[in-house]
Amino acid sequence: MMRATFVPTAVATLPWGMLWVVVALGTAGVLGLYSAAGGSMTPWALPHAVRFMAFLGLALALARIRPQTFHDFAFIAYVGGILLLILTLMLGVIGGGARSWLDLGVVRLQPSELMKPVLVLVLARFYSHVPAAEIRRIAAIWPLAVFLGPPILLILLQPDLGTTMLIVLNTIALMFLAGLPLRLFIGGGLAVAAAIPIVYSFMMLPHQRDRVLIFLNPEQDPLGAGYHLTQSKIAIGSGGLFGKGFLNGTQSHLQYLPEQHTDFIFSALAEEWGLAGGCVLILLFFLLLKWGMGVALDAKGRFERLAASGMTLTIFFYIAVNLMMVMGLAPVVGIPLPLVSYGGSAMLTVMICLGVLMAIDRSDRRDPRRR
Amino acid sequence: MNRRRSAPLVTESSQAYTFTRRAMVLGAAQGGLALLLGGRMAWLSIAENERYNLLSESNRVQMQLMPPRRGWIVDRNGQPIAINRSDFRVDIIPDLLKDEDRVIAELTRLLDLPPDEIERVREALGKAAGYQPVPVAENLPFEKYAAVTVRQPELPGVAPQRGFSRFYPAGAAVGHLVGYVGTANKEEYEAEKNPLLITPGFKIGKEGLEKTMEPRLRGKPGAIRLEVTAGGRLIRELEKQPDVSGRTLQLTIDAGLQEYAARRLGEESGSVVVLDCLTGDILCMASMPAYDPNNFSDGISRNEWKMLSQDERRPLNNKTLNGLYPPGSTFKPMVAMALLSAGVEPGEIVGCGGGYRLGNRTFRCLGRHGPMNMHRAIAKSCNTYFYAMGRRVGIDVISHMGESLGFGQKFDLPVVSQSYGTMPSDDWKQRKYKQSWTQSDTLNTSIGQGYVIVNPLQLAVMSARIASGRAVHPRLIGKGKIARALPFPAEHFDTVRKGMWEVVNGAGTAGRSRLELPGIEMGGKTGTAQVRRITGSQRGQSGAWKYRDHGLFVCFAPTANPRYACSVVIEHGMGGSRAAAPVAKDVLTYLFDKPKAMEALAGFEQSWGGTLAERMERRTNAWLAAAAAEKAASGGGR
Repeated sequence: MMRATFVPTAVATLPWGMLWVVVALGTAGVLGLYSAAGGSMTPWALPHAVRFMAFLGLALALARIRPQTFHDFAFIAYVGGILLLILTLMLGVIGGGARSWLDLGVVRLQPSELMKPVLVLVLARFYSHVPAAEIRRIAAIWPLAVFLGPPILLILLQPDLGTTMLIVLNTIALMFLAGLPLRLFIGGGLAVAAAIPIVYSFMMLPHQRDRVLIFLNPEQDPLGAGYHLTQSKIAIGSGGLFGKGFLNGTQSHLQYLPEQHTDFIFSALAEEWGLAGGCVLILLFFLLLKWGMGVALDAKGRFERLAASGMTLTIFFYIAVNLMMVMGLAPVVGIPLPLVSYGGSAMLTVMICLGVLMAIDRSDRRDPRRR
Repeated sequence: MNRRRSAPLVTESSQAYTFTRRAMVLGAAQGGLALLLGGRMAWLSIAENERYNLLSESNRVQMQLMPPRRGWIVDRNGQPIAINRSDFRVDIIPDLLKDEDRVIAELTRLLDLPPDEIERVREALGKAAGYQPVPVAENLPFEKYAAVTVRQPELPGVAPQRGFSRFYPAGAAVGHLVGYVGTANKEEYEAEKNPLLITPGFKIGKEGLEKTMEPRLRGKPGAIRLEVTAGGRLIRELEKQPDVSGRTLQLTIDAGLQEYAARRLGEESGSVVVLDCLTGDILCMASMPAYDPNNFSDGISRNEWKMLSQDERRPLNNKTLNGLYPPGSTFKPMVAMALLSAGVEPGEIVGCGGGYRLGNRTFRCLGRHGPMNMHRAIAKSCNTYFYAMGRRVGIDVISHMGESLGFGQKFDLPVVSQSYGTMPSDDWKQRKYKQSWTQSDTLNTSIGQGYVIVNPLQLAVMSARIASGRAVHPRLIGKGKIARALPFPAEHFDTVRKGMWEVVNGAGTAGRSRLELPGIEMGGKTGTAQVRRITGSQRGQSGAWKYRDHGLFVCFAPTANPRYACSVVIEHGMGGSRAAAPVAKDVLTYLFDKPKAMEALAGFEQSWGGTLAERMERRTNAWLAAAAAEKAASGGGR
């Protein structure tokens, strides 16, 4: 601990490498939004920067809390989240075909986003209390239905399939990490594969079916729903090695690229900064996730390990689904790119995840056994 | 604890180990996905870069065609016949039109559209294919154009444009000759599949020379590359490729003469053709009444069209090429040539006692001319002489000479259609009627009646060939060379020309129409063609207009050294000397002494009640008023 003495310990012990990565991602967002607005801080870049600072402050504040506190308050947060979801269904604002937003006057909050880290905490707490010997039993599985049922039902009622899917993926990944038998995952995977046709035919809404069909063959409908995918690929593909240059993206500036400030911000950035810029972004995300998994592996307790890995996976699924979507590897689902896309709720969620991760990291480092 | 025997023992430390192992697997999966995404991105931006660049460019850039300026049509001296005027126009693109009633009401208010025009626009909108712009108004003053332009956002589908419109300074005088231009219709677009045809403001030739010379007059469109947003908003002009104007088309026509002849025809329904009898250059090809091609170019209203198509004087018909008439006595110079070619001595006498007997039937002459040689027979237009001599030489000789002098012939001209009529022969009658030729057929043919029908251009060609003795072919474009001589002896031509001189300058049928010019004389031949069989005493000289005889006249001048040949046909003019010859006299006078001819015309126009344009406008207005009154009456009666 040979740090310069004039720096307070609280500051010196921050995970600076990870913070620089987060700031770099936020800056990429500001640059992308500045360009998307045609070279203007309004309407997106400035609010994004302000929000980024505020939520980063929140994350740093969360980092001061002991992990045990998250453990203790998990269920209270859960009940609060459920109430918010019910409130959303009653009073929510409709946007993009779903009643997902609570208009709080100053900000529009998407409670289903907030539910993601809360559910991670609940699951981590549950599995940290399941005795090691019980982990391979049915008792380690059925309570999940109790925890997940209400929020998933409430979110599906909005209806927001994308968020539901991310929650389910995240839960499965956590179950995997919690040590449930491998055959469950293999068997489950096979069952899902078998169920896909049934889900497609009987459970999906027409617009969702269209999205799947268009993902499989975007050119069949270049001006309809396949338009998003096609234009996104054109933006990325025409960027080339080093891009068209900052503020020179034609796909974004001439509005061919839809949702260029939210879900398709990566395409807008890739058009202007090229493969090089895109790879830098991917690398930054990879470093962030690597740090997160590192925190999980270093954590001392089972709750901390599961919570840290769950938070990391929450961020990961955002990134993975969004990037696969904009590159035409996944169907179009409304998932933003964390820290870069415009929009408060997703950024808040990711910052909460990072705050919890930093808290666990802090407690790891304070653990005398690691010194 | 009832643990199954096969289940492995799970302890806290083994669970931590499992977590570490599984977290490593997920971490590796994340790294793998990062590589996959990087690889996918590289594939898109390197391997498929070219393709996506192209797609991005075609998104960004839109080509807009600029209609080329149409080539001018000028006369033999370079005087303009058809030119382009810069204009302001307003179109409607049916595809983009929303709330038709409101938009049309607004345009009516802004542009003061007359009800007639609104009706045309509505009708066009009803029939329009989605891509075809419907012209609302053209040749707008700038204030009206600007009024529409500033309100364009509230008028979806309305397209104010700057462009060029076709202008024919001589108006109706050149209507049939040059035709007119108009917006391409669906069939024309389907046939050519050229995006230029559906560019607003672009017109193609629809009739006459405008249609037949389209490839030469059209030119090549210019293009503007525009940067546009996904919503179609224009960001900026990237580059401009100027249009290439169509090439100028020089005609053999003398614009002044053409306009003069059209005006001189006055209130009559008829035609004037003037040829250069050495080269075949068509100096004038006027057919009246005619439509004003300027009106057609702006899109003609339904009422105007109705007026034109219902007129018994057939203003939509080019009488110089599509009017067919029995030539009557104007045929006789050709028959005289045929007689000479068959060895008839010009001095041989035929006695005219007022008719000719064939079997038990008498073929009448218009007078009792007494002893006739060829010269006097032409001058007096004696039928008896031509009956007798025609019968002697036979139809084959006459038919052959007729074809040699242009009858029954179709000429190589850039026109939309030619009706070439009939030069009858034995063969022809066999083919057409399955009957053999008779002696009385020969007699009728000898005086230009019976089966013979000709168009005014053919009459002028005959006149030109006799006047110069050369095989002139009529031409409309370019500079002609002097034609080769016809294979007939010069004395024959001389004999016939002298007879024609006598018609006008001696004791002939057109003595009143000799040229009042020092040292310039014309030779000619009158003709009167029956419209229906002679009944009783009427003889087509009175009664309803449409049953009166046609008046024809062919001529050439100067007789000393023929240069110009001319034919004039006045439909239902009752006689060649009375109706046609005076027109020919003034038209030929124009060629030698313009002021004198204009003076004569001024007198006529005063008595007719104004110039051609003034009279046409008055007539159109009267017709429209009558049509409106009729409509109101029938509407009130319902």
